[in-house]
Amino acid sequence: MIFLRLIVVNLLRHRIRTVISMAGIAFSVAAMLTVVALLQGAIGMFSGILSSGAEMIVFERNVSDLFFSDVSQSAAAAIAKWPMVEHADPVLFGVVASEGHPIVTCFGVTATDARIHDAQWLAGGPQDFGRQDSVVLGDRAAQFLGATVGKQAQIGHETFTVVGIIRTRNGFEDGGVFMPINEARDFFHKQGSSVLTIKLRNKDDAAQFKADVHAQFKDLIALEDREFERTYSQFRILRATAWAVGICGLALGGLGVANTMIMSVFTRIREIAILRVNGFSGFQIAAVIFGESAVVSVLGGIAGAILGALTLVALKHIPALDGYVDGSLHPLLMFGVVLLALVTGMAGALYPTAYAMRIRAVEALRFE
Amino acid sequence: MNTHMSSTAVLPPAARMSNLWKSYEQGAIAVLNGVDLEVKQAQTVALCGPSGCGKSTLLHIIGGLDRPDHGEIEVHGRPLDANRNMVDFLRREVGFIFQLHNLIPDLTLEENCLLPAIAAGTPRHAALKRLEVLAERTGLQHRLGQRIQKLSGGERQRTAICRALMNRPAMLLADEPTGSLDERSSQGVFELLLELTRTEGVTLLMATHDLTLARRCDRLVQMRDGRIHEES
Repeated sequence: MIFLRLIVVNLLRHRIRTVISMAGIAFSVAAMLTVVALLQGAIGMFSGILSSGAEMIVFERNVSDLFFSDVSQSAAAAIAKWPMVEHADPVLFGVVASEGHPIVTCFGVTATDARIHDAQWLAGGPQDFGRQDSVVLGDRAAQFLGATVGKQAQIGHETFTVVGIIRTRNGFEDGGVFMPINEARDFFHKQGSSVLTIKLRNKDDAAQFKADVHAQFKDLIALEDREFERTYSQFRILRATAWAVGICGLALGGLGVANTMIMSVFTRIREIAILRVNGFSGFQIAAVIFGESAVVSVLGGIAGAILGALTLVALKHIPALDGYVDGSLHPLLMFGVVLLALVTGMAGALYPTAYAMRIRAVEALRFE
Repeated sequence: MNTHMSSTAVLPPAARMSNLWKSYEQGAIAVLNGVDLEVKQAQTVALCGPSGCGKSTLLHIIGGLDRPDHGEIEVHGRPLDANRNMVDFLRREVGFIFQLHNLIPDLTLEENCLLPAIAAGTPRHAALKRLEVLAERTGLQHRLGQRIQKLSGGERQRTAICRALMNRPAMLLADEPTGSLDERSSQGVFELLLELTRTEGVTLLMATHDLTLARRCDRLVQMRDGRIHEES
C-alpha cells in the first residue's frame, strides 16, 4: 500500500508534469487508434467490395493490384459450371475521371450481382440495370456528379443515362458507378473481368475449389475472403502503414514519459538515497520508478482509447467519410493499444530506472 | 538482531575497525588516516571532533554506505566487504539517524516509519504492531497520520528514531541527531535516544559536537584530522 503511495505521491507532487505526460500518451494512443481504425475500415470496405455476398475470390495470379487482373470469360464460364459453385459473378474494376473528380471507381457487374439486387434503390429499380449506355450510380456519386435518374452523366470520355441510384452497405461503393459487365468491358477495353466472386454450395468445399482452380487455371488463384484480406499486398501495406504511423505516434508519447521519468528521478535523488539507506534494494527502487511510468502510461492509454473512440464516432458522422470509418473498436484492439502504451511507458522508464538504481546513497545524501 | 547486555561477553564486538583510510578526489582530500576502533555491543559511543575530522565518513563506512580505501572493518563479527549482502545489512543490522532527519515530506509519519519494514518485507500487521510500540515510547502515537511538514523539528527527529529502530537493528548510527534542534528539543531527543537504545539493547554510535551530550554516553571518542585522538 505504501509502495503505491510512494508512486502516487510523486506523481501528485508534480501534477502538471504528470498530466502533460499522460496527455502525450493519450494523444498518441488516440492517433494510433484513429489511424488503425480508419485503415481497418478502408480494408474492410475494399474487402467487402471484392467479396460482396461471396466467400471466395478468383483473380489473376501475381498481379500487384486487382485493377490489373484479368480473368478470361471462358475461365469464368467454366468455373460457373462446376457443381460445387452456387454462382460465380465476374466483376470488372475500373477508374475514370469526371469533371472535378479525378478518380471515380467503376464497377462492371452482372444484374445478379449482390451489389445490384441487395442494394437499397433510392431511385429506379433493378429491372432498369443493363440497359444500353446506362449506368446506376451510388448515392454519393450521384451527389458529386449532380446526377438524377433520367439525366445524362459524363463518365470519363463518354456520356451515360442514369437509370438508378442505389445505397449499398459500403461507403466506397456508394461513391462508384455501376455498369453492366459487357458495357464495362467495352468501356475499359478489357476481355474478361478483374475478379470472379464465388459463392459455394458448401463452404467446406473451399479447399477443393482452390485446388481445382490451381489445377485447371495455372494463371489464376482462388482465395477465401479472410485469406485474401490477410495476404493481399495492398492491404498489408495499408496495415503496415497504419501500425507504423501509430507506433511513431506512440514512440513520441514514450519520449514524453521518458522525459517525465528522468525529471522525476533527477528531482528526488536525495529521496531515493533515503529509500536506499532504509533498505530498499535496486529492484524496489526500480519498481517505484516503473510503477510511476505504468500509472502514467496506463491512465494515458485509457484516456487515449476513450479519446480515439470519440474521434471515430465524430468521424463517422462526417458525410464525406461515410463508410470509410470502421467505428467498431474491438476490445482486443483497445486492450492492445493500452498494452502498447504501457510497454512504451516502460521503455521510457528504462534509462531513468537504471540511473536511479545506480544512485549511491552516500553521495546522494549530500545532494541538495 | 537485537542484542542483550547479558550476552555481550560472548558476542563479537558490534564494530571493529583496523587501520581505516579514506580519501576523496583521488587522495587530495584525506578524511580518515588510519582509524582503529572497537565498539562493544550495546555500548553508547559518542564521536566528537571538529567539522571535517571524519566522523560522518566513519559512520557511513560502518553503516555500509561507503567503503574505505584501505583497512579492515567488521560489523557484528563479519567483514564488511563485497561478499556481504549490503541491502540485507541495511535492512536488518543498522539504522541511520541524520541531522536533517531525511524523512519523505509527502508521506505521513506512519508511512515514513514503515519504509524499512516495507523494504524488508515485514508483514504489515507485525510492522504496525512494532510501530505502535515505538510511537508510544517516542510520544508520537497521536501524530501517526500527520504529514511530515506539519511536525515540529523535535517530532521529526523522533520520527527518524522510530524509523531507524523499525526493523530492530543491532546498531544505530546517528550523525548529529540533535544538530538542527534547539537546546530543549535537543535534550529531549537525546534522552529518548539513550533510553531507547538501552531498552532495546542497541549499540549507538553518535557523531556530535555537543560535549555535554557526548559525556552522557558510555564512551567518548575524540577525532581529529581523521584519527582517533583520545578516548574517555
